[in-house]
Amino acid sequence: MLSFMTKRLLVAVPTLLVIALVSFLLMHLAPGSPFGGEKDLPPEVLANIEAKFHLDKPVMEQFVIYIGNLLQGDFGPSFVYHDFTVTELIVQAWPVSLELGLWAFLLAVLLGGLIGTLAALKQNSRLDYILMSLAMSGVVIPNFVLAPLLMLVFAVQLGWLPAGGWNDGQWQNMILPVVALALSFVASIARIMRGSMIEVLHSPYIRTAKAKGLPQSYIVLRHALRPALMPLVAYLGPAFVGIVTGSMVIDVFFTTGGLGQHFVNGALNRDYGMVMGITMLIATLTILFNAVVDILYALIDPRIRHS
Amino acid sequence: MSLLTVRDLQVSFDTPDGEVVAVNRLNFSVNAGETLGIVGESGSGKSQTAFSLLGLLAGNGRVSGSAQFEHQEILGLSEAAMNHIRAEQIAMIFQDPMTSLNPYMKIGQQLREVLMLHKGMSKREAHVEALKMMDAVKIPEAAKRINMYPHELSGGMRQRIMIAMALLCRPKLLIADEPTTALDVTVQAQIMTLLRELQSEFNTAIILITHDLGVVAGACDQVLVMYGGRTMEYGSTEQIFYQPSHPYTRGLLKAVPNLESRAGELNTIPGNPPNLLSLPKGCPFNPRCQESVASCFQDAPELISFTGGRQRACHLSLQAEEVA
Repeated sequence: MLSFMTKRLLVAVPTLLVIALVSFLLMHLAPGSPFGGEKDLPPEVLANIEAKFHLDKPVMEQFVIYIGNLLQGDFGPSFVYHDFTVTELIVQAWPVSLELGLWAFLLAVLLGGLIGTLAALKQNSRLDYILMSLAMSGVVIPNFVLAPLLMLVFAVQLGWLPAGGWNDGQWQNMILPVVALALSFVASIARIMRGSMIEVLHSPYIRTAKAKGLPQSYIVLRHALRPALMPLVAYLGPAFVGIVTGSMVIDVFFTTGGLGQHFVNGALNRDYGMVMGITMLIATLTILFNAVVDILYALIDPRIRHS
Repeated sequence: MSLLTVRDLQVSFDTPDGEVVAVNRLNFSVNAGETLGIVGESGSGKSQTAFSLLGLLAGNGRVSGSAQFEHQEILGLSEAAMNHIRAEQIAMIFQDPMTSLNPYMKIGQQLREVLMLHKGMSKREAHVEALKMMDAVKIPEAAKRINMYPHELSGGMRQRIMIAMALLCRPKLLIADEPTTALDVTVQAQIMTLLRELQSEFNTAIILITHDLGVVAGACDQVLVMYGGRTMEYGSTEQIFYQPSHPYTRGLLKAVPNLESRAGELNTIPGNPPNLLSLPKGCPFNPRCQESVASCFQDAPELISFTGGRQRACHLSLQAEEVA
C-alpha cells in the first residue's frame, strides 16, 4: 500500500507539470490580455505593467518563471485584484466553497444513496418510477434555474431563510446554497446507486443470504451495501473535487464569496495568475482524490486489498 | 415417513415474450434421512424446483401447487415465516461456490450470522459452533481459515464452507443444487463422500439436483427425471437404473461415458433441450425421441402413477419387466 501511494505521488509530479504547461499555453493563446480592458492605456504604461508581470518575455520563459515561483509555494499576484496575491484570494475564498461543498457532498451521498437503494429494492414499482423521475428532473434542472427558484420560495415568499450572503457560515445562510449545490449530485448518485444495488441484489451470494433466512434489511445493510458502493466510489472521487471547489452559479446567486466566481471571473478577465492558481488547485485535488478512490476500493473490496 | 410432500408444483415466469412454465405439475416426496435425485439437462426446471420450495424465485416468478414440509404448507408463506424454514428446517447449497459466498465478508461472519440470527447465540458462542462445523466438514486449519475471505480458499474448500453454513442449524432437509458441477473430479468425489457422511451423522434428507447420473447412482434413494419442466419418470434408483421405462431415461443412461465401450465417440441424445417458450405439441421430448409414435405428436402423455410410487409420462406401452 505504501509503495503504491509513493508511486502515485511520483507520477503526480509530471502530470501536474503537463497540466500547468497546457493550461498556461492555452490561456496565453486566447485572445485578449489582463490589461486590454475598457480603457486604452498609454503604450509606455502598458509596457511597464507588462514588464512587471513578465508579460514582455517569451511565453516559455514566463512559464519557467511561473513554475519556479510555484515550487516556492508562490502562486504569484492576481492580475486583476492588484492588492492581493492569488494565494490570499484562494485562502479567503476556498474555505467557503469547501464548507458548502462538504455539506452538499454529505447530503448528496446520504440522500442519493438512500433514494437509490429504496428504488432498487422496489425495482419497477410505482415508488421506483416516482423516485427515478424525481432523480431525472434533478439531473436535468440546471442549478441556475434551481437557485433562484429556491430563493424565491424560501427567502422571498416564505421568508424562512436569508436569500444570500455568507455571514461567517451561519447555518441559515448555508441551507439554500447547499441544497442548490447538492441536488444534481443527489440525482446522479441515486441513479448510480440504484443500478449497482439492483445488480448486487441479483448476484448469487445475495441468493445465498436469502436462503440462509436472513431478514431483508440485514441482507441489504450487511451483504449488499459494500459491493453496491464500488461503482459509486469511482464517481464520488471526481464529484467530490467538483463540489468542494465551488460553483460559479451558487457563488453568484447566493453571494457566498466562494472560489467558483473567482475562477470564472479570472477566465473572463484573463487574470492569468488566478486561473492558473485555481487550475493547479483543482488538478492537485483531482489527482489526490483519485488516489483516495483507489484506497477506498481496497478498503471496501478485500480481493483488491490482497492483490 | 414423508418429510416433504410436493403436489402439482408449478413454477412460471412472466417474461416479455409471454409466460414460461419452467416447472410443470411435479409430484414427489422425500423421506427423512433419504436422498432424492432430480436429474435433467440444463433448463429442465431442476433448479427452479429447488428455488420455489425456499421462496427464492426471481421477482417475475409464480408458484402454485402444494409443498407440505412436516405437514406444514410452505408454498406462499410470508417472508418472515419463510425465514424460519430457511436454514432452520431446509437449507440449500448452490452450484458455484466461487460466487455463492459473499466476497466482501469473512468466512467467519458468514457462518456466525446464521447462528446469531436463528439461534440467538452471542458472537463468541457462534464462533465456537462455526469452528465445530468447519471441523465436521473436514476443513483443515479451521481456526485460521475462519478469518479468511472466500477468495483465499479453493473451490472445494468454499463448497465445504457452503455445506458447513447450510448445516449449522441442523436442518432436516438439505437441497444441493449441482454441488459438484463447478469442481474438479477428485474434489467432486470428496464432496459427495462428505455429503453422505454428514447425511448419516445428522440424519439429513437431501434433494440432490444434478445432471450427472454417476453421482445419482452412488448417492440417491429415489430419482426424478425431468425434461422441459415435466416429470418424465420417477422411481427408486434401482428402478431407474435397471428398468428405465422412459426413452429419455434410457437415452441419459446411454450417454453416461463408459470406459469399456470401444467406440471412440460418446453417445448423445441428438438435438437440444427444448425452448420453454415454444414447446412442441404433444410430448416435449418428441423431437429427440427415437421411439416416438404418432400419438407422441398429438397429446402430451399423462403422468401415470404405479404401485410403489413410481411415475411415468410416456405414450409407449410398458414392458412387463419395467414396472416390476
